Amino acid sequence: MYQLYKEMLTNYLRNKSEHTLYSAQQFSKEMMVKDLSPEEMVSLHISVFKEIVEDLPEEVIDSFDLLLEVMIGYGLAHREHLSLRDRQRQLESELNVAARMQQSLLPSKELKVDEVDFGVTSVPAGKMSGDYYHYIVDEQGHIGVAVADVIGKGIPAAMCMSMIKYAMDSIPEQRLQPAALLENLNRVVERNIDSDMFITMVYGSYDPKSHRFYFASAGHEPGFFYEAATNTFHDLKTKGIVLGVSPKVQYHESSLKLEPGDFVVLLSDGVTETRVNGEFIERKDVSQLIGKYKHLPAQLMAEQVFRELERMQDFQLKDDFTLLILRRNV
Amino acid sequence: MQVQTHVDINSEWGIVAARQAGRKLAREIGFGSVDQARITTAISELARNIYLYANKGQIYIEEVSNANKRGVKITAIDQGPGIKDVRKVMEDGFTTSGGLGAGLPGVRRLMDDFTIDSEVNNGTTISAIKWLR
Repeated sequence: MYQLYKEMLTNYLRNKSEHTLYSAQQFSKEMMVKDLSPEEMVSLHISVFKEIVEDLPEEVIDSFDLLLEVMIGYGLAHREHLSLRDRQRQLESELNVAARMQQSLLPSKELKVDEVDFGVTSVPAGKMSGDYYHYIVDEQGHIGVAVADVIGKGIPAAMCMSMIKYAMDSIPEQRLQPAALLENLNRVVERNIDSDMFITMVYGSYDPKSHRFYFASAGHEPGFFYEAATNTFHDLKTKGIVLGVSPKVQYHESSLKLEPGDFVVLLSDGVTETRVNGEFIERKDVSQLIGKYKHLPAQLMAEQVFRELERMQDFQLKDDFTLLILRRNV
Repeated sequence: MQVQTHVDINSEWGIVAARQAGRKLAREIGFGSVDQARITTAISELARNIYLYANKGQIYIEEVSNANKRGVKITAIDQGPGIKDVRKVMEDGFTTSGGLGAGLPGVRRLMDDFTIDSEVNNGTTISAIKWLR
């Protein structure tokens, strides 16, 4: 190292070539890999310089004291940077583990029932998601579906989300009664989360014999109902305040009948609040987009809509995105 | 018995005097110029902490040795407010972000051994050793 630097400096003092400067730049990379601190580099320069230039004026030698003193501070900042970088890597890997755990809270088995065509896509804006979705088929073949959105993003939202999952697991008998289920969940949420956190949720259940879809919403972004006969989209109009605000809340339950080819879409506000060039897209744009892909199976439909909206916002999601589609088969 | 220098810290002058004493001893023991600068920077930081947070205190500088090495030991003592959360001040980025300089993590990096004892309302004692390689 000493020898190499000495050669470079000797060369440079002799010919002042760009070539030597380039070698010096390469040298600095190597020294950083070897963890040579800035003050050690300055010190190396001083010793080499003293050796190759005889009779340096005393002022030049003394001036290096000052430089060395200043470089100590830079050296410390450099080391701190390295240690913070390590810590960031560690946090990153913990976050990856947490994200995998969160993924495991979502249903893992595909929903395969003859009567319906089902698809869902959920993509977090960051590593962890504040969106949650759920689907289940009971022994009688009834299907329960849900989309929930924790107001907020990142880790706090994600932690909150896991509570919804456990709460739902503990009240299985209400899977067919969306309003009662939300009322129960609301009590759990109200008791367990900070008053500055809210969860919106929509729950639906589908009876494949009567083809009726029952649903209730707690302040959630309204979904869509697509009517095949008229080729039109309707809003799934619902009323009900968000979960966690007040302990005693009653939710309104609605229902509608699905004809063959009809489908319902549940989504999170990450879908409707997609921003293109700084402006929110309209719900009508979303329904048009869904309509564009309605010839596809539900799963592909959801994926295509996501892909297109992702592209529209230059692949930078501002909010977690969840889109769930349930269609009555012909 | 080795000599111990002690400097009262109650002004910026005290900080400079402590640096001077530290540099002199480091040079005598045989530390190179980079390590001399590191030792004096550590002294500065410790003395400044005393001056800024405890108003007054002492810096002790002494030569230490064990089986086969020699070193410089700096001890900073004050009867100031103490540190409530030592783990926090030893965290990178905690003091530096406020522009307060290298802080205690910096001192720990500059030196080889580092110990800190602090009790709220009862002051702080920090000692740090740099060994000659």
